[in-house]
Amino acid sequence: MQFHEGGFHWGGWVAVLLAVVMLFAATPLRAAGLEEALAHFTLDDYGEIEEGIAALAASGDPRAASLIEALQDDRLLYSAEQKKVFYKDTSGKLFDAATGAPVADGGPADIDIVSVNNRIRRAIDAALGGLTLMSPDPAKRLESAQAVFKSREANVLPAIEAALEKETNPRIKRVLNEARAAIILNSDDAEEADKLAAVAVIRSRGDQDAVGLLQGLPGDTPPAVATAAKSAVAAIANELAIWDLAQNAWFGLSLGSVLLLAAIGLAITFGVMGVINMAHGEMVMIGAYVTFVIQELARTTYMAYPGLLEYSLVIAVPAAFVIAGFIGIVIERGVIRFLYGRPLETLLATWGLSLIIQQAVRTAFGPSNREVSTPSWMSGTFEVGHLNVTYNRLWIICFTLAVFVALLGMLRFTRPGLEMRAVTQNRAMAAAMGIRTARIDALTFGLGSGIAGIAGVALSQIDNVSPNLGQGYIIDSFMVVVFGGVGNLWGTLVGALSLGIANKFLEPVAGAVLGKIAILVLIILFIQKRPRGLFALKGRAVEA
Amino acid sequence: MISLFWRGFDRSTAAFIVVILALAVAVPLFNLMLPPESPFHVPTYLVSLWGKYACYAMLALSIDLIWGYCGILSLGHGAFFALGGYTMGMYLMRQIGTRGVYANPILPDFMVFLNWDHLPFYWYGFNWFPYAAVMVLLVPGLLAFVFGWFAFRSRVTGVYLSIITQALTFALMLGFFRNNFGFGGNNGLTDFKEILGFNVQVAGTRAALFAISCVILAFMLLMCRAIVTSKFGKVLIAIRDAESRTRFLGYRVESYKLVVFTLSACMAGVAGSLYITQVGIINPSEFAPANSIEEVIWVAVGGRGTLTGAILGAVIVNYARTYFTTGFLAPYWLFVLGGLFVGVTLLLPRGIVGTIQHLWAERRRPDKTDPDPQPVGEPAPAE
Repeated sequence: MQFHEGGFHWGGWVAVLLAVVMLFAATPLRAAGLEEALAHFTLDDYGEIEEGIAALAASGDPRAASLIEALQDDRLLYSAEQKKVFYKDTSGKLFDAATGAPVADGGPADIDIVSVNNRIRRAIDAALGGLTLMSPDPAKRLESAQAVFKSREANVLPAIEAALEKETNPRIKRVLNEARAAIILNSDDAEEADKLAAVAVIRSRGDQDAVGLLQGLPGDTPPAVATAAKSAVAAIANELAIWDLAQNAWFGLSLGSVLLLAAIGLAITFGVMGVINMAHGEMVMIGAYVTFVIQELARTTYMAYPGLLEYSLVIAVPAAFVIAGFIGIVIERGVIRFLYGRPLETLLATWGLSLIIQQAVRTAFGPSNREVSTPSWMSGTFEVGHLNVTYNRLWIICFTLAVFVALLGMLRFTRPGLEMRAVTQNRAMAAAMGIRTARIDALTFGLGSGIAGIAGVALSQIDNVSPNLGQGYIIDSFMVVVFGGVGNLWGTLVGALSLGIANKFLEPVAGAVLGKIAILVLIILFIQKRPRGLFALKGRAVEA
Repeated sequence: MISLFWRGFDRSTAAFIVVILALAVAVPLFNLMLPPESPFHVPTYLVSLWGKYACYAMLALSIDLIWGYCGILSLGHGAFFALGGYTMGMYLMRQIGTRGVYANPILPDFMVFLNWDHLPFYWYGFNWFPYAAVMVLLVPGLLAFVFGWFAFRSRVTGVYLSIITQALTFALMLGFFRNNFGFGGNNGLTDFKEILGFNVQVAGTRAALFAISCVILAFMLLMCRAIVTSKFGKVLIAIRDAESRTRFLGYRVESYKLVVFTLSACMAGVAGSLYITQVGIINPSEFAPANSIEEVIWVAVGGRGTLTGAILGAVIVNYARTYFTTGFLAPYWLFVLGGLFVGVTLLLPRGIVGTIQHLWAERRRPDKTDPDPQPVGEPAPAE
């Protein structure tokens, strides 16, 4: 410890010493460069001013950028008599440009604004672009490189080339290269070979902007370059089409995982008990409201436990499972158990329950949408190639798979899971073997409802939390169950994913509504071929 | 044929038909003949309201015919009702003619608004009433026939059938919401002027429509009674109670189902066409799955498989709806409706009429054993 602290002090001293040395060494030099540059501005000549801008940009002085900005905004002033330059800050206070010291009582008598014309403005833009291209902040560098790519200002080229030499970040370097290529393609005096190389660079960028650039080449482009550009555009279009497919597949996967999450609980209750639970969507809605309530609680106790808000979703998952599952068990014990053997009546009774639950939530929380915020670890996007991936969708897919695997494991490896499967396959035989089927029914219904509640936590992130939340999913969930077949979770998985992907692929072709209609019609036709879904139970269990 | 209809007259059916026909005569008379200040005067809005109930009663009757006697629970019967309404609405739209906002003699207003330059082919002929009247039967019937053909042939039964009928009406709703479907999109069809030359707004036309609705309702009740008491009806009941067994006895179950399903859809279509003339508007929300499910509960409240119960249930539930949704009680209507669904299925599985009939039969039986015990079942795994 001692040694470490000693080392620290030692390092500190060195740093201070170095800083002092550099200060002494660098200040006069810098000041000289700056003063020299500023001298150009006192001559009231556009050529001189342009040189002054270049000199200012080259001086490397930290204030250079702000001075050029002042020039841009007509805040740079000069006095021809005193050969001095001043600037005003945005609040209108006057400063000496060379020293940075404030100047009292309006400065010298002949003070005047350094005038600017269009040529100067271009020089200013180029210089500012060049200056931010050298900025220590990589985000700023990237941004300005992208801005240059869009503006294709020819006189930024030297700045770009200077930046290219220094740049170490590969991503920014690529954008700089592309910006350079864009400028070369639009300049009149570039070599044909350079232009061809530039086309190749733009081609490798491969997005919509690249297509726009290559299609908008100036008229006097050499024919060889023009044909290269044309074939590059075709190649990019092909690539983009593939990326489009990938994007659709991704959206489909995302929709499919949402459908799976909403349908999986339904599949369990329907598979085990043959009960259509029309209140299933309301369990999803309850899960979403549990998330809302927990987030509100986290917000009110923010002072005491500031980390809670960020992880309120993590708390909401078990809470939603328990609450929705409990309501499910109450429904099973209170209503559904009296209706066994009459599936159509069960359907009606659970529909009535769904109306009551909806109206109760509407009375308690109001009919309008409730705000559920997204924690920072779930917001934002990243890009894979030309694919935009949002974190919350990615999380939902992972979460869905986790729920699916957990459920599969539970059914496969635990005692209640075994009993559930036994009851699904042959209720009478299971009862004869000593399984308490009534308890399994209640448990199953609770489990299905609990999973619906979990689905609600996930859906609160991508949908409006309102009393009608569940209604939007109920028909789709049924379609998944009917399509996938009951009594087999894999059927639900395949059903949900294929419906999600089919939906997203039909949408761009047929439009959202017609796509949905097409899916419904396809399912109705599919039922003709396989009335019991993709993965149907076989054997005696079918005709129970 | 006469004898077939005659057989339909059991006591409760006869009572219902007498009441319906009496209303068909009395309500228009009390509306038109009595001065407004008389205590027995029936205001015109009530005539239209009761006309609406009569249409709902027809719809309930059509559902009871297939659910109560053949075990087909359709959660999409609202689709046939709405289709009938749209078909009649097309005729009424064409009758507006130059009296529309844009005064186009051929095109309805919404088509002018959408810059369409000619009538879509499926609107041809709807300026002619007999054609529209045939279409009211044909369009829902044809859809039901095609849908039923596919569904029954591949033996889609039980909850599966319920779910895909629900999907059917959902798909239709999505479609009719679109402007380019050619049925007015969101706004649907409205702003009607006259039917067969009579102004639809005046009290006389409304009273006449009410009377017609009642007569048709009475006819439908008689027809359904005749069907369910015929040999055909016995087979339907057999299918309801033991479908496989009926098939093994040699009956073509799917044909029986198809016939009764199509007939029921036609009845729903007629109900919808009378509904739109009296209500004066139809829009795609009529296709909403929630409506179709609610229609089923009318039947359940009145008594499934009793026919008269369906009529009673439709009137009672809709009267309750009118009562609840027009006052400070409005927020509680969904509680009441939801409670009806749960309460009726749990506590009153026979419905009102069914329970009365059951008690009546109990009292007249010398020994008190239950002839028709409630099914006490166990959950069956999904088929």
